[in-house]
Amino acid sequence: MTDQSKNPQNESLADSELSELAPGAELQQHSVDAAPIALGAVGWVRWMWRQLITMRTALQLLFLLAVASIPGSVFPQRTQSPLKVRQYFDENPTTAPILDRIGMFDVYGSSWFSAIYILLMISLVGCIIPRARVHWKSSRSLPPVAPRNLLRLRHSSTIQVSKTPSEVSQEFFPVLQKYLATKRWRTVVSELDANDPTSGYVSAERGYLRETGNLIFHLAIVVILISVAAGSLFGYRGQILVREGTSITNVLSQYDAFTPGRLFNTESLVPFNITLTDLAVTYEDTGIKAGTALDYAATISYRETPDSPLEKRTIGVNDPLNIGNSSMFLVGHGYAPRFEVRDAKGNLVFDDAVIFLPQDSNMTSTGVVKVADTDPQLGLQIIFAPTAVVTEQQGPHSLFPDLIDPKAFMSAWIGDLGLDTGRPQNVYTLDKTNLKRIGFEEIAVGETWDLPKNAGSVKLVGVDQFATFNIASDPAQNWALVGAILAIVGVIAGLYIQRRRMWVRVVTRDGQTWIEIAAMSRYEDVDVSSVVESITQFCASHFGVERFAEVTNEEKSH
Amino acid sequence: MAINESYAQISNILVYGSMGAYTFAMFSFATSFAQGRDTEINPSNGRKAGNIAMSLTWLGTFILGAGVLFRGLSASRVPWGNMYEFSISGTFGVMLVLMLISLKRDIRWLGLFIILPALLSLGLAITVLYTESAQLIPALKSYWLLIHVSAAVVSAGVFSIGGVVTILQMMVSRVENRVAAGLTPGRFEAVARRVPNAEVLDVFAYKVHAFVFPLWTFTVVAGAIWARSAWGRYWGWDPKETWAFITWVGYAAYLHARITVGWKGNRAAWIALAAFATFIFNYFIVNFFFQGLHVYSGK
Ligand code: HEM
Repeated sequence: MTDQSKNPQNESLADSELSELAPGAELQQHSVDAAPIALGAVGWVRWMWRQLITMRTALQLLFLLAVASIPGSVFPQRTQSPLKVRQYFDENPTTAPILDRIGMFDVYGSSWFSAIYILLMISLVGCIIPRARVHWKSSRSLPPVAPRNLLRLRHSSTIQVSKTPSEVSQEFFPVLQKYLATKRWRTVVSELDANDPTSGYVSAERGYLRETGNLIFHLAIVVILISVAAGSLFGYRGQILVREGTSITNVLSQYDAFTPGRLFNTESLVPFNITLTDLAVTYEDTGIKAGTALDYAATISYRETPDSPLEKRTIGVNDPLNIGNSSMFLVGHGYAPRFEVRDAKGNLVFDDAVIFLPQDSNMTSTGVVKVADTDPQLGLQIIFAPTAVVTEQQGPHSLFPDLIDPKAFMSAWIGDLGLDTGRPQNVYTLDKTNLKRIGFEEIAVGETWDLPKNAGSVKLVGVDQFATFNIASDPAQNWALVGAILAIVGVIAGLYIQRRRMWVRVVTRDGQTWIEIAAMSRYEDVDVSSVVESITQFCASHFGVERFAEVTNEEKSH
Repeated sequence: MAINESYAQISNILVYGSMGAYTFAMFSFATSFAQGRDTEINPSNGRKAGNIAMSLTWLGTFILGAGVLFRGLSASRVPWGNMYEFSISGTFGVMLVLMLISLKRDIRWLGLFIILPALLSLGLAITVLYTESAQLIPALKSYWLLIHVSAAVVSAGVFSIGGVVTILQMMVSRVENRVAAGLTPGRFEAVARRVPNAEVLDVFAYKVHAFVFPLWTFTVVAGAIWARSAWGRYWGWDPKETWAFITWVGYAAYLHARITVGWKGNRAAWIALAAFATFIFNYFIVNFFFQGLHVYSGK
């Protein structure tokens, strides 16, 4: 039971004090505005605006944002795993298109999600500006006038002293004021006026930084929201695979996958150039996690622009290369077996390392070799296993991700590779419409397979590695970080600092001189009583009083 | 790097040992609870058993701390690479926070209600979630991960204490409301007699939540910084990230309801519990059933 019901007078006094202390209070009242009935368009807009910037609306929007983000964690998202989205469509052919229409596969880019956070942002700004104005004024004003009867406040106490009120006012109040200043209270003294017996008091206030922190926190949320939006509009993400010993330039055509932001300009890609000199991967070789990659490191040399000097460094996991706004992250690796293909006459028609895509954690990988210069054309579909075995159930596969017993399992196809159709070609698959299979063989490094039907020969010369890099640019990410730091600093100030007011008054009761002490706080602040206690202690020891009565109304009401 | 198997075994023994100490502590708390009728009239009721329980809890917490330490030493890394390790570290976090609070205020009344879930969590860890000590996958090797997870472990501890206090508050206020309405106290009478009144619990719960909110904000930010160095983006709406955000919003809503709207008692309590539910959901459900980059539960 609170003392509200028990002490209405006290509470109504505190209430008026509270609304003065609470800068947001007058804003909250907007929520009880009735909708205008005949105000026309302007009136409606104004009314909606006022609704939007109320605390209640902001809270509802915040709650809505949380609820709206749930489906994105339940349904697969295009931006994260397009393959899983396709799989979902295959498995749920009836519901998937409906879900798609309401944006369930791209929740965080959907219009309704954006609508919520844009409204929230506007609402926040609408709240912050008036509050900042009020706070600016209040932080330069003097501590407030004391309530008429301090002992009615919830936390108060009183002591009797053997001095006259004017002595207390003239001698003690300056001492008290100095003491409070050392405790970072802002103070003002009201001199005792003979005509008004309640006029002699010290008024003090502290904790203005609470509201400052609060405003910073909410402003920081706006900064974060804008940065996230800007980053996704003006940034890009993409993936590039680079073989050991080769180099790539940061231009669109080099990417295996590229997702630009809606407002990203491809021409603004920084054309840095990277050569992968070495890729080192270490594996756990014992225990239950045998085969897990323990670490990758890519040694590269690079130029930031075509004219800048060549530099060297390694890129590790969690240790990206940053160039301008773009960053390059090592996220994976794989094998690029090197093949030599000769035609029937023994001429070398193909000599290259080919990127194979890993299919499982032991790096069983698949890839194709396309030889267009022979007649008929030749295609090889290959499973590569770094530590090869063949079993009944799984066929050829790898037992361990490192190169212990590497083998290539190849099926050879001849005919037309379909390279001239003009359709974009997938380098990782064979278009078998016009191909005929001529044989299957497994070979180890250094071995050669003489193809049937006099189609030439294939040799597995060696095995290179390749690295998978994510390249991403988020021009607003530093702003997001600034916002995050401000949010943390602000919320700490806003929650841990207490805004308190305190008064010490000298009065005459029953012909005796009494000092009354009271403190209050706008916020959840159970420790206000300790303020009263310590100031009472200070007064008591100053006047050499040993016994005093603490009148906390809280206790009286129990 | 090789795993030191004997350290891993020592760790297991210590974890079992702490469960033993906590079990005895639980019995002592229960005894204290049974004796502690009308603590307002006779505050010494159940004191002795309560003191024994607190000592045992300290003991258990030290042993558990050593168990967590040896688990880390066995793989020469911080011990939170999978859900087993996160559970023992998290439980240690809860108990450590509880012990630290106990230095400042008398919280024997809270002991029974914290130690039960702590034992449950340890039991679950060692039976269902247990994973052998092993090295981390590369993405988990980052000092931002260390910072992120340490903050998450402490937050988990404080959230849990906040949740328990909130539940107690709701029970007690039900009793108080019934009594005020002239009804019988109802089924939570036994609890209500042994813990502080609803208003005190309400303020305590608020303090706990207000303390942890900045820490959780920091946890999410540290996670974002780690994500940016590991995957190239600081926020990708991965299920784990999404639910961390939802938890953050939930507690922000609670603080708003308390501070700005002025809700007290049950209405605010429900929001706090809902926020806590999203935290638990993230830990158990999202780790096991949702696909995402963060999934490193080791199962
Ligand atoms: C339009 C939107 C918002 C408005 C109008 C608003 C308003 C307020 C107000 C008036 C307070 C002051 C409490 C006090 O008087 O001390 C406050 C506190 C707080 N707000 Fe908001 N808020 C908004 C959005 C948010 C959002 C999006 C969050 C983050 C999730 C948030 C988190 C907090 C927190 C944690 C506090 C407590 C800190 C403190 O008391 O200083 N607010 N808010």
